[in-house]
Amino acid sequence: MPEPARVPAREPVRDAARDVAIVAFGQSEHVRDSAETSEVEMLMPVLHDVLAQTGLRARDIDFTCSGSSDYLAGRAFSFTMALDGVGAWPPIAESHVEMDGAWALYEAWVKILTGEAETALVYAYGKSSPGDVREVLTRQLDPYYVAPLWPDSVALAALQARALIDAGLADAREPAGTAARRRGGPARPPGEYVVAPLRTGDCPPVVDGAAAVVLAAGDTARRLTGRPAWIRGLDHRIEAHGLGVRDLTDSPSTRLAAERAGAFERPPDTVELHAPFSSQEVVLRRALRLDGPQSAHVRINPSGGALAANPVMAAGLIRLGEAAARIQRGESDRALAHATSGPCLQQNLVAVLEGDPRPGTGGQHKEGQ
Amino acid sequence: MSEVLTAPLVVEFPFTRSLGPVQSAFLTGLRERLVLGVRATDGRVVVPPVEYDPVTADEIRDLVEVGTGGTVTTWAWNPSPRRGQPLTTPFAWVLVRLDGADTALLHALDAPGPDAVRTGMRVRIRWAVERTGAITDIACFEPAENDPTDHQPAPHGGEFAEPVTGITTPARLDYTYSPGRAQSRYLQALAEHRTVGERCPSCRKVYVPPRGACPTCGVATDTQVEVGPRGTVTTFCIVNIKARNLDIEVPYVYAHIALDGADLALHARIGQIPYDQVRMGLRVEPVWTEGARHPDHYRPTGEPDADYDSYKELI
Repeated sequence: MPEPARVPAREPVRDAARDVAIVAFGQSEHVRDSAETSEVEMLMPVLHDVLAQTGLRARDIDFTCSGSSDYLAGRAFSFTMALDGVGAWPPIAESHVEMDGAWALYEAWVKILTGEAETALVYAYGKSSPGDVREVLTRQLDPYYVAPLWPDSVALAALQARALIDAGLADAREPAGTAARRRGGPARPPGEYVVAPLRTGDCPPVVDGAAAVVLAAGDTARRLTGRPAWIRGLDHRIEAHGLGVRDLTDSPSTRLAAERAGAFERPPDTVELHAPFSSQEVVLRRALRLDGPQSAHVRINPSGGALAANPVMAAGLIRLGEAAARIQRGESDRALAHATSGPCLQQNLVAVLEGDPRPGTGGQHKEGQ
Repeated sequence: MSEVLTAPLVVEFPFTRSLGPVQSAFLTGLRERLVLGVRATDGRVVVPPVEYDPVTADEIRDLVEVGTGGTVTTWAWNPSPRRGQPLTTPFAWVLVRLDGADTALLHALDAPGPDAVRTGMRVRIRWAVERTGAITDIACFEPAENDPTDHQPAPHGGEFAEPVTGITTPARLDYTYSPGRAQSRYLQALAEHRTVGERCPSCRKVYVPPRGACPTCGVATDTQVEVGPRGTVTTFCIVNIKARNLDIEVPYVYAHIALDGADLALHARIGQIPYDQVRMGLRVEPVWTEGARHPDHYRPTGEPDADYDSYKELI
């Protein structure tokens, strides 16, 4: 049953009081098994990397915010131990979300908008190898009606994939093709069914990894990097938690977040989608209007996306970081980055990032270009 | 050889949850082999019922009884059932819109194979033999191609004798835990009855136990430094409540101990001294038991107490 349209709020946050930019992005290698390192040992080189990119010391950062889940590795309060890698003593201004790091970035962005901070360090990490991530993720589900059935993350994504096939929006072979493209390789055999219609090739690799970004406001951002990736809009929305209440073939929350972030005002040249399962990319492309001829020039997931590496809790932040890095490198002028959380794209975040106009290139993409 | 330790870790909780009026009526209804939905603000019948409107968040309480047969709205074939799932043989995950409902319920469908399942197929509830008032009172769905489809939702007061007011849902997750490099080195040294901290290359502080990073400088600790074995009680508390599964008589003393050469106090139990004679500055040493990977407790050395100034920075 379709979600009734919601009335957009009157005051979009995108006309923000301050300009805030991503000025640095770093990520670890994403490995199948990181038993060699604790969370902080995995994270620390990434933190040092982004600080070195900006020339900032940990002491210079006004606000630190992280995203992670202790359930992944079964390590209670791992996020407090990860803070050792930041240099958290004497005490720093710090916060944590039990969510993907993209939502930690949202909190840090708001903190800077309020004027409470000029700079922020945002990081996220996921260590899935100690546990069974398909089982771990069942614990985020409705504890009364759903979690007692232990439906794993692949099963729920497979229900969504079947709904797309039934609706004629995907065919049973397409998902694996998407996956092969995203991984940059030739079309490979789609693999065995994990939970049909999803095959191994449609599912994200289970990896451990970490990522970090540095945010800065206005002139501070300009001082720290040659080409800041300005956050022009950032919004996140959630859908009803009942899977059977939602239309699994659509993502109204993504569409609304994109509207509120100003994504539809001008087409982006680059899009980073956080679609852990290949079929979910179909849903996101529709919600973000990326399938029409007007989007033919848009580069979708040049990084490879979550099908190439999906460190849970960091993969969404990595989408924002990858998009920002392309702007910083001059490979993009306007990028859309998306992050998701929960089963079947339950909660979605959309960011619109832009670089300053470049001399001699005609600047940013214009409507209809 | 790998210097990194691993160990099995089981995290297990019996979550006890109370139910609101709508959830209580729904789960009690399952126990009585009937299915209740709730009418949303827009008139839709939501099954399984929620206490607040999925769109407007209004409190919703108008219960209706819906059918025990329904239609599959989407499905997924699970060739390898996992622990805790409704069936142990291959089955289909299904979203089922029960007759009279406008939304779908997640459960399992017992079918011989994926060829026997399609969207739009008719199914009915197979009830569990033992029912307690839980979603698992529905054992699964089963194919029911010839069942009639007509069922009008009928108002229901939600009143039951002995309503279910709470559920207990056991949850268990299994891990292979690894503490990483620094803590592995610490644990391996402890097994040899040595306490080895790590030094920060920047501020030179020695952390015991080491966690891999200096929390002041945010850099990796890189040099192993053997500390102790003796140390000083910096502060302590008296434990008066016996912990479950812990065979230690109360009251006893739990203390922070700054081992000689360490810049961070660790904590341990103090024994072989009456609890009311333990004091700040008391000098102690570890007591090892045969085959143990860590000291059983610390006991007084008999040395004079340490001067307050010598440990005040470590409190």
